Amino acid sequence: MDLLYFRRRLTNALALVLSTLATLVGLAFLAWILWETLRQGLAALDLKLFTKITAYGDQGGLANAMVGSLIINFVGIAIATPIGVLAGTWLAEYANRTRLGETIRFLNDILLSAPSIVMGLFVYTIIVLPSTALTHGNTTFSGFAGGVALALIALPVIVRTTDEMLRLVPPTLREAALSLGVPQWKLTSQILLRAARSGIVTGVLLALARISGETAPLLFTAFGNNFMTFNPLDKMSSLPQVIYQYANDPGETMHALAWAGAFVVTLFVLLLSLASRLLFARKVSHD
Amino acid sequence: MSTIPATDIPEQRARHDARHDRLFAGLLKACALIVLAALLGAAFATLWGGREAFGTFGWHFLVSSAWDPSSQEYGALVPVYGTLATSFIALLIAVPVSFGIALYLSEVAPRWLRTPVASAIELLAGIPSIIYGMWGLFVFAPFFAEHIKPWLTNYLGNNPDDGTPSWVATHVPFVGKLFASDYPFGASILTAGIVLAIMIIPFISSVMREVFQTVPTRLKESAYALGSSTWEVSWDIVLPYTRSAVIGGIFLGLGRALGETMAVTFVLGNAMDLSASLLDPGSSIASTIANQFSEAVGLQKSALMALAFLLFVVTFIVLLIARLMLRRLASREGR
Repeated sequence: MDLLYFRRRLTNALALVLSTLATLVGLAFLAWILWETLRQGLAALDLKLFTKITAYGDQGGLANAMVGSLIINFVGIAIATPIGVLAGTWLAEYANRTRLGETIRFLNDILLSAPSIVMGLFVYTIIVLPSTALTHGNTTFSGFAGGVALALIALPVIVRTTDEMLRLVPPTLREAALSLGVPQWKLTSQILLRAARSGIVTGVLLALARISGETAPLLFTAFGNNFMTFNPLDKMSSLPQVIYQYANDPGETMHALAWAGAFVVTLFVLLLSLASRLLFARKVSHD
Repeated sequence: MSTIPATDIPEQRARHDARHDRLFAGLLKACALIVLAALLGAAFATLWGGREAFGTFGWHFLVSSAWDPSSQEYGALVPVYGTLATSFIALLIAVPVSFGIALYLSEVAPRWLRTPVASAIELLAGIPSIIYGMWGLFVFAPFFAEHIKPWLTNYLGNNPDDGTPSWVATHVPFVGKLFASDYPFGASILTAGIVLAIMIIPFISSVMREVFQTVPTRLKESAYALGSSTWEVSWDIVLPYTRSAVIGGIFLGLGRALGETMAVTFVLGNAMDLSASLLDPGSSIASTIANQFSEAVGLQKSALMALAFLLFVVTFIVLLIARLMLRRLASREGR
């Protein structure tokens, strides 16, 4: 009996130690990755990153890639936000518990983790190839195509948060408005969406954080461009794509530039997720 | 006095409102259908792009290990094997570690520590995959080549210098082959598997932690009252109760691992040869596409599209299983 008791206690102690160890391992890798990005990124941080373009190679900076990233992300969010918010509203307000609604909600969750490189190839097929054919090769890869690819990745995030946030709005609000004779479109657009606003903004910020680091879908859509361009119909470089290109370069100076880019992207993404967390925390504390 | 009879105004308004309601609902529904269109479109676009490769090689495409642009011979076996092997290694590492983290955060850690540690682990999920890739390429792969790989080849495979097999390699079947390598660099299937594991740990552990919290307190407390230890409660009460959702979380991680591009491309070595050793370089579907698509023409481009179609179908099935499993627990709770 004593032996059994001892064995059970030993198993328990071992399991608890191992679980603590697992957590420490997870935290250690987080610290290791962030530390290397910080150390190597700060070492390579330089004013010319923001003033010079990638055409100068190891003498240059990342200015055109940063501008490109901003434009492509903006296009992505500008496309995904209205579609995502409206689709999420439909799921929560019009199709909750209908068969089509459940199916789309389910497929949206799958789209959420679908391989991003396949989304890149999809946009390559529906935008890059037709635009090449229509303009006789004048417009091939473009920042716009990159933005569409990112929109497809941001869309499910926005749909899901909008859907969830609207379902948190108390039903009494709907009943009160309907009893006053407010038509449903007015109720949805002016009362419910307003009530869920901060949650939806959180979703958009999360989606922006998600697409800011995406590389794979941009390789065959925005392609890359060593020169500064503001035209979304032009080939356009982006920070992740330049990081990918420079990290694969044999030159040490290029690696330093890649680390600097990695530092900027990581900082941006982490600040965004922090902001969305703060925003959401504020909403919860108010309710 | 207005010329319009007073009774018409509300009627007219009701008609307007009804029309606007229909238009609004239609607009919303059209937007929701875009989600459906994106998934179907991605499947059809890659299938259409890969039709030439599927037509040329037929079923042989799936089992051929050839990948030779000069003789226009393409097969999916090497990248498919690389994708499955790296994802399997990632799961092998990530599942026990994630379970440990979820157990620690839901049962072991002092209450004040839970939220900060959980947010820190979730921070790992927010780091862009290209950062994992760079860290893997410049930091982890050299570390692996210098400290871990020599040990593995020495004790489990062949001696890297004179090729004499280790004790394990002569006494245990298969293991020797898995860890034999005379290639000195860090990029390998095992390295990619480890980097993937670090990437998917936050996904799996946060699902596990969430579902562990749904276990009714009275179940756990009854077990504690009968004298169970923390481990026994977790293993015999919490885990069976949440089994389907835990499996769902694991499949969700698997779906991520299968489709991951950047973290893998940097540390896989991108060799289109089939090797039994986990310490040799390989390639995955996503890394092959990322490396070759922009320079590919004709049949090669079509073969890459066909690979993308395979990847899409496999991840779709894995994610479908994941979501169904996750829903099972939710529906039991009446949500």
